[in-house]
Amino acid sequence: MTTVSFDRRPEDYRHWRLRIEPPLAWLEMDVDEQGGLVPGYELKLNSYDLGVDIELYDAVQRLRFEHPEVRAVILTSAKDKVFCAGANIRMLAGSPHEWKVNFCKFTNETRNGIEDATENSGQIYLAAVNGSCAGGGYEIALACEKILLVDDNSSTVALPEVPLLGVLPGTGGLTRVTDKRRVRKDRADVFATRPDGVKGRTAVDWRLVDELVPRQEFRAVVEQRARELAARSNRPENAQGIVLEPLDRTEDDDRIAYPNTTAELDRAAGVVTITVRGPQADGWLLALTRELDDLILRLRTNEPELGTWVFRTEGDPDAVLAAEREVLTGSDWLSNEVLHYYKRTLKRLDVTSRSLIALIEPGSCFAGVLLELALACDRQYMLDGPPIDDEDSDERASIVLSDANFGAFPMGNGLSRLESRFYGEHDHLDWLKRERDRRLSASEAVELGLVTEAPDDIDWEDEIRIVLEGRAALSPDALTGMEANHRFVGPETIETKIFGRLTAWQNWIFTRPNASGPEGALRRYGTGQKASFDRKRV
Amino acid sequence: MPTRIDYDAKIPNNVELSDNRRLQRALEGWQPKFMHWWAEMGPALETQGVYLRTAVSVGRDGWAHFDHVVPQDYRWGIFLAERDPDRRIAFGEHRGEPAWQQVPGEYRADLQRLIVIQGDTEPASVEQQKLLGLTAPSLYDLRNLFQVNVEEGRHLWAMVYLLHAYFGKEGREEAEALLHRNSGSPDTPRILGAFNEETADWLAFYMFTYFTDRDGKYQLGTLKESAFDPLSRTCEFMLKEEAHHMFVGTTGVDRVVTRSAELIREHDTMDIAAHGGIPLDIIQRYLNFHYTVSLDLFGSETSTNAANYYTAGLKGRWMETRRKDDHQLTEDAALLEKPQDDGTWTAEEMQKILLLNLDLRGEYIADCSSGVKRWNKILADAGIDFRFRLPHPGFNRKVGINSGHHITPDGTIVDEATWERSRKHWLPTDEDLAFVRSLMHPVYERGKIASWVAPPRQGINGKPFDYEYVYL
Repeated sequence: MTTVSFDRRPEDYRHWRLRIEPPLAWLEMDVDEQGGLVPGYELKLNSYDLGVDIELYDAVQRLRFEHPEVRAVILTSAKDKVFCAGANIRMLAGSPHEWKVNFCKFTNETRNGIEDATENSGQIYLAAVNGSCAGGGYEIALACEKILLVDDNSSTVALPEVPLLGVLPGTGGLTRVTDKRRVRKDRADVFATRPDGVKGRTAVDWRLVDELVPRQEFRAVVEQRARELAARSNRPENAQGIVLEPLDRTEDDDRIAYPNTTAELDRAAGVVTITVRGPQADGWLLALTRELDDLILRLRTNEPELGTWVFRTEGDPDAVLAAEREVLTGSDWLSNEVLHYYKRTLKRLDVTSRSLIALIEPGSCFAGVLLELALACDRQYMLDGPPIDDEDSDERASIVLSDANFGAFPMGNGLSRLESRFYGEHDHLDWLKRERDRRLSASEAVELGLVTEAPDDIDWEDEIRIVLEGRAALSPDALTGMEANHRFVGPETIETKIFGRLTAWQNWIFTRPNASGPEGALRRYGTGQKASFDRKRV
Repeated sequence: MPTRIDYDAKIPNNVELSDNRRLQRALEGWQPKFMHWWAEMGPALETQGVYLRTAVSVGRDGWAHFDHVVPQDYRWGIFLAERDPDRRIAFGEHRGEPAWQQVPGEYRADLQRLIVIQGDTEPASVEQQKLLGLTAPSLYDLRNLFQVNVEEGRHLWAMVYLLHAYFGKEGREEAEALLHRNSGSPDTPRILGAFNEETADWLAFYMFTYFTDRDGKYQLGTLKESAFDPLSRTCEFMLKEEAHHMFVGTTGVDRVVTRSAELIREHDTMDIAAHGGIPLDIIQRYLNFHYTVSLDLFGSETSTNAANYYTAGLKGRWMETRRKDDHQLTEDAALLEKPQDDGTWTAEEMQKILLLNLDLRGEYIADCSSGVKRWNKILADAGIDFRFRLPHPGFNRKVGINSGHHITPDGTIVDEATWERSRKHWLPTDEDLAFVRSLMHPVYERGKIASWVAPPRQGINGKPFDYEYVYL
């Protein structure tokens, strides 16, 4: 299996061209057919694989941090007659199951990031669909605020996954069509079962696109619409961007280390222990967020068998709270970006199909923003006693609630992690609010319902060992389903639908013989032979 | 007994249109739009009558009835070849089952797409040839141009009939869209590249009817094999008409070469431009261009679409029923020649079913070379050493595995700079085009002909060359 790196720099993009023309940016897709991440397929017709999407993700990130002067982003294709053919089918057909689902997850996160930039950074995306646009290609367009389609009487938008491949359009595709663009469900049904898609007037009438533009006027109208969107933006004037320098990362077989984060990989146990350090320098939260983001992606992609992630922290809780206050109360654009980036990284964790366990020990700093990490975990264990290796010490574990835990970092369901944890319990949440900004001991944390268990120093090691071993013995599939279910209580949003359905529907469909069996649609695609379906409806 | 075509109906047909009120209403709605398109995009030259061949029935004898007709009064209609009630599917996974008389729901989108693409090419060539009548080298040629044009118009009708009769509302919308895309239009171009090139002069017209219409013949030939019987029968009849277009091309180039050979002999020089003839190397460059653009119409050498169409029974191979294999092709292999970045060619073995476009292109190339042989015989008979050649299939390609490479007419892979340096020897230059255009003066006088082309050996339907083929 290829080890995937998520490090990219615009100078080295193989598949995208990023051009900054303030207040606009042009993000042009120009996929190099020979540039697949893994051998065995050609990326024809601007189809993409994980490598193409990693560059897109990088570009979206850099636009937010490095280019405050950009208020609208035009996402289009540099190729003639084709916008994007979507995910590369041969890549999908040749990929192992977890790769397919991980890939879908990452692409959906990137699409969500585009929507987040539009909504929270005043960097509004416009899709300039200048040719045929299918599957994941249309999903990219769907992530944009507006979709302009070239009116050449032949370009279409399509979600052909159901009729051609026997799978679902990412699930972001189906969901955005009905929930975001509010396409009537009967039309959505017709649309998603037509391999050839919909063009022209009908695409506008059905709300699949916003506007048709004649070919000759396309560029001019696109630019004009982008300028109109830019005029709506609240992006600051004359702000200076910051450069996202390459990450300082060292790696060997059982360790990935960054200045603020270290991951120890225990392959025998199937466990990764992730230790996050509190602030040591300025700009800590952004640096930490970038490291965590990178680490989550790497572990998710490259280490599918390490099924349990244990989160620890080290450092001074007060320093965490001070660093957090700087960003939370800062009203500048950069603070805003850092907050939203941390939010997205926590969300990435929320939708990660790994068992997440927080260990809160003496010397840890689970305060405010870092307490969110613990709250994102499926379980929290807090040591009620001295450090294990120093029983004479007076040091005890504590956690601190702060403003950061009451709405600054909403989950995909629109609720804070505390609201999710205590769904519908308003009195309890009010009580927690009153306990803000002070260190809570293990027994208080138990009383407040903020941790799962608080073993003492005699039981701790055994207790944690049994929890981790027990976890590793369970079916990873069942765990994936259970965790995804527990993590998102309450209301459905577009995001919870997308990821819930990715976890359930797509996971199921991808493994069914009708999709990925030897005679399934995904495997037969491109062979000239037709899929043979098991006709029983399940 | 061959089915007569009902010329008394508003739309001549042999599909019993009068019994199908829904279809009749649909086609009658489309007809004025078609007439509007013809007036707008059809031949620019107005005539009082053209000696045209009109089909009166689809049987052996009925399709060649001649008379003077004013082109816009031409009765376009819907003619399908006779139905064979026992016809069975010849290939793919439905092999042996009775041919379909209706579109199977499962294949609706694919069939519609195939018909739309075929349909899109038909009016395109009329548009490309719009201005040619203004510079016709003789009344005979002018008549042939109109014949080609009205028949391309009827081929559009044939595809539109299928869209209207079998594809419901969507089919009607697609039928209308066929009139809204226009060749070379910057806003709504025709779907395939070759049909957006212009046919600026008569040498280009002869080349087009020889090479590009011949692609049409092969595409129709594969659709004629279709399990969808109405498509099969439609294409079968279109093929008869298409044959004449290629006759115009074959004899057209033939006559240009004959005339050039005469002038070379007469003036004892290859440089006959000054004497009002087209030099042979310019003809070769035209050939190179039209041939390679037509090769692009076969699509990518490897095609999963073509394979899917085959398996589904939608589109077969040329002369499918005469092939001696399993007609499934999933087990057979074939070789694909591929250009490499290091300048060598490699052969890759692939499943035959993925190489169907290559198979069809092979048939086409063999057919094209017969014309070249014929033109070379004219040169040989005149004692001239020059020989025409079909360039290597990798030369000047925009579609398929060769498209990213620079390949010379003899098949050598070179770098871009080398290719660009020699381009003027291989493809028509602006000067070539300007020169040929300078020869294009209309000759509308009976029995007269332009300087750069020889008269035909025979007239049409036994009439002499100096017959008044067109009333102007």
